[in-house]
Amino acid sequence: MRFRIYRYDPESSAAPRMQDYELDFDAKGKKVLDALIAIKETLDESLSFRRSCREGVCGSDGVNVNGTNVLACITDLEGLKEPVTIRPLPRLGVIRDLIVDMAQFYQHYKAVKPYLINLDPEPENERLQSPEDRAELDGLWECILCGCCTTSCPSFWWNPEKFLGPAALLQGYRFIADTRDQATNERLDFLEDPYRLFRCHGIMNCVEVCPKGLNPTEAIGKIKSLLVKRAL
Amino acid sequence: MIPKRTFDAVIVGGGGAGLRAALQLSQANLKVALLSKVFPTRSHTVSAQGGITAALANVSEDNWHWHMYDTVKGSDYLGDQDAIEFMCRNALPAVYELEHMGLPFSRLENGKIYQRPFGGQSKNYGGEQAIRTCAAADRTGHALLHTLYQRNIAARTQFFEEFFALDLVRDEEGYVLGVVALEIETGEPCLFESRATLLATGGACRIFRHSTNAHINTGDGLGMVLRAGLPLEDMEFWQFHPTGIPEVGSLISEGVRGEGGILYNKDGEAFMPRYAPNAKDLASRDVVARAIAQEIRAGRGCGEHGDYVHLDIRKLGAEKIKSRLPGIRELSMQFAGVDPIDAPIPVTPTAHYMMGGIPSNMHGQVVAPVRTGPEEAVPGLYAVGECACVSVHGANRLGGNSLLDLVVFGRAAGQHMIEYLKENPIPRPMPQAEVDKPLARLARWDKPKGTETVAGLRLEMQKIMQDHCGVYRTEALLKEGLELLDKVETRLPDATLSDHSKVFNTARLEALELENLMGIARATLVSALARTESRGAHTREDHPARDDDHWLRHTLYFRENDQLDYKPVRLKPLTVETFQPKERTY
Repeated sequence: MRFRIYRYDPESSAAPRMQDYELDFDAKGKKVLDALIAIKETLDESLSFRRSCREGVCGSDGVNVNGTNVLACITDLEGLKEPVTIRPLPRLGVIRDLIVDMAQFYQHYKAVKPYLINLDPEPENERLQSPEDRAELDGLWECILCGCCTTSCPSFWWNPEKFLGPAALLQGYRFIADTRDQATNERLDFLEDPYRLFRCHGIMNCVEVCPKGLNPTEAIGKIKSLLVKRAL
Repeated sequence: MIPKRTFDAVIVGGGGAGLRAALQLSQANLKVALLSKVFPTRSHTVSAQGGITAALANVSEDNWHWHMYDTVKGSDYLGDQDAIEFMCRNALPAVYELEHMGLPFSRLENGKIYQRPFGGQSKNYGGEQAIRTCAAADRTGHALLHTLYQRNIAARTQFFEEFFALDLVRDEEGYVLGVVALEIETGEPCLFESRATLLATGGACRIFRHSTNAHINTGDGLGMVLRAGLPLEDMEFWQFHPTGIPEVGSLISEGVRGEGGILYNKDGEAFMPRYAPNAKDLASRDVVARAIAQEIRAGRGCGEHGDYVHLDIRKLGAEKIKSRLPGIRELSMQFAGVDPIDAPIPVTPTAHYMMGGIPSNMHGQVVAPVRTGPEEAVPGLYAVGECACVSVHGANRLGGNSLLDLVVFGRAAGQHMIEYLKENPIPRPMPQAEVDKPLARLARWDKPKGTETVAGLRLEMQKIMQDHCGVYRTEALLKEGLELLDKVETRLPDATLSDHSKVFNTARLEALELENLMGIARATLVSALARTESRGAHTREDHPARDDDHWLRHTLYFRENDQLDYKPVRLKPLTVETFQPKERTY
């Protein structure tokens, strides 16, 4: 199987380049991550990428394969057009090869205060929450912070410092939607901003690429309608 | 001289245990650094599925005494009963605390936390099935890890993401004064000086060819401890989870059987009642794993090679599968090519969890036969989570007790460290020679020429462990495994890297991880060879019975000359009566 992989060595003066590899490999049932590991183990030890859980739950190995952001570990090799072209996630700085600098992405995540705010004295047992209220969190809390969505978003490409991006906004809404959280107003105040939230133009690339099948655009829409409701 | 950073406390590992301890310290306004070789939410805690066990009695009558009994029995009486009591009692406040932190638990109709049945759980000391494991769908580990990380953001814990700890620094009197770590992005080493150091580096199932574990589970803390001359406890005990996806290894949660899934052999027989007439498919993990292995051996396995069995959840129906087991459905479709709504999932016993580890007590202190007593605290050193052996899991861990272990002992260790730091306010002098040692180890991988590769040796080691130290063991098999491992280990100095760059050199990391794995594999084989009995997950076909007269004791392995020592099991709980060892049936 043929691969064309983005290479960047920050310790040399050479510009980034695409390198071709040919892997003698039965692709049946294998994932893109299996190929990357096989290349590293048998052809080129210097090829660098992140990986951890290898089952699509830790979010380490977001990469761009044949033009689409995916998790390497759950993307089937079979059916991919050759050469399989693998690049780092777009728009973030590249540290080396497929390893991107996620600092900006994490900064946006932290900016939405991704933790429950509830100033009431803690009850002796659990706070109660109905299954229906809890269901409001489904499709929000499962985010694995892989960055596939945010780095596929044109609004993020244009304003990466100011637009929070779909992943951070999804987490922002995860806490707004939680009946146990008391900081909705404060959260909406922070998000009511021409850049942080309103750079989202509903392009929906995020929905298309999310490896967990989540829908950030819908969450962003809900934040917007809460803002409208609050203004009335 | 390498750069030095000074903190009150350093935590190595950003999974559930490390994050819980960090939170305790940060909230006490101590200066704490958390080092993790991956961004914290990439830690293996994220892969935990089924839940966290606590006798909340939200669904059925329950109390922590019953949980304690089940855990002692599940451990095949090798667990320390003081620590088990501590964990089971504290399970309730620990889970409520997680809920207060914001963990999105699934809910019952009355708004309380959802609980599901898990293996080895009983009411009334061995009676009918209890319903004790608290869950956030089948992604409880994800929910727990993210929640703890988020609380640490709020508490402003200082994270050193993508830092790889190389070694502990110990002075002549045995005090641990911090760690030397490698900043992965720059490739530069750095000394983290601290008066208290906590290891929370997780498990090491990557010693096996097939495992449910993440690539990062290479037992780095255990390697550090061995090199510091300290022992590892009960390393012969590795849990083979009954239901991993063949070849790939991905875990299929015990929660699937908790929700009603049944195991079938190729004849369509639900075989578990033959092995565990009462608990059936929800017997303890070691029991179910052996049952599956025996079905496969007897030629009743499914598929072309007869090397797996079927786990069938279809009767639960599409709606419940989607709401309660969405993650399992995803994994099953992605890695087994099967939608569990339509077809049974192929499963086989797969290395999953390390019951042994760094000997510690219920305060998280690392304890070793240092000078006089067998369990003297190593000053300044703590260990919690899967890397530690408290021991609450003994010879076999119950499902749902692992996440519990992380938060209960993470909190306890953090609390004890706060006290220790108060009593030890002044940093001790840093012995430069000790700081230089790990640098030499690092430099060794810069040598230009060699005949072996890291990937090649790792694969050989993993195959040896898979073939010689699996579910069933014999003296001959273990001896042969040790001889083969000897040969592989002697070739390790001939291994070299072709990539000597500094920035994010993952090849170098894998080499350092292999050094850790190799030591752990050795500890495992030596300990397994010595224990001439069958207990929990350690099954010796040449010694099929449990032998309480000789082996109701913990193994301690030291790297120097593969020396073994032993210490008694702590049979006396804190406040309740001892659960006396008796025959273990399900």
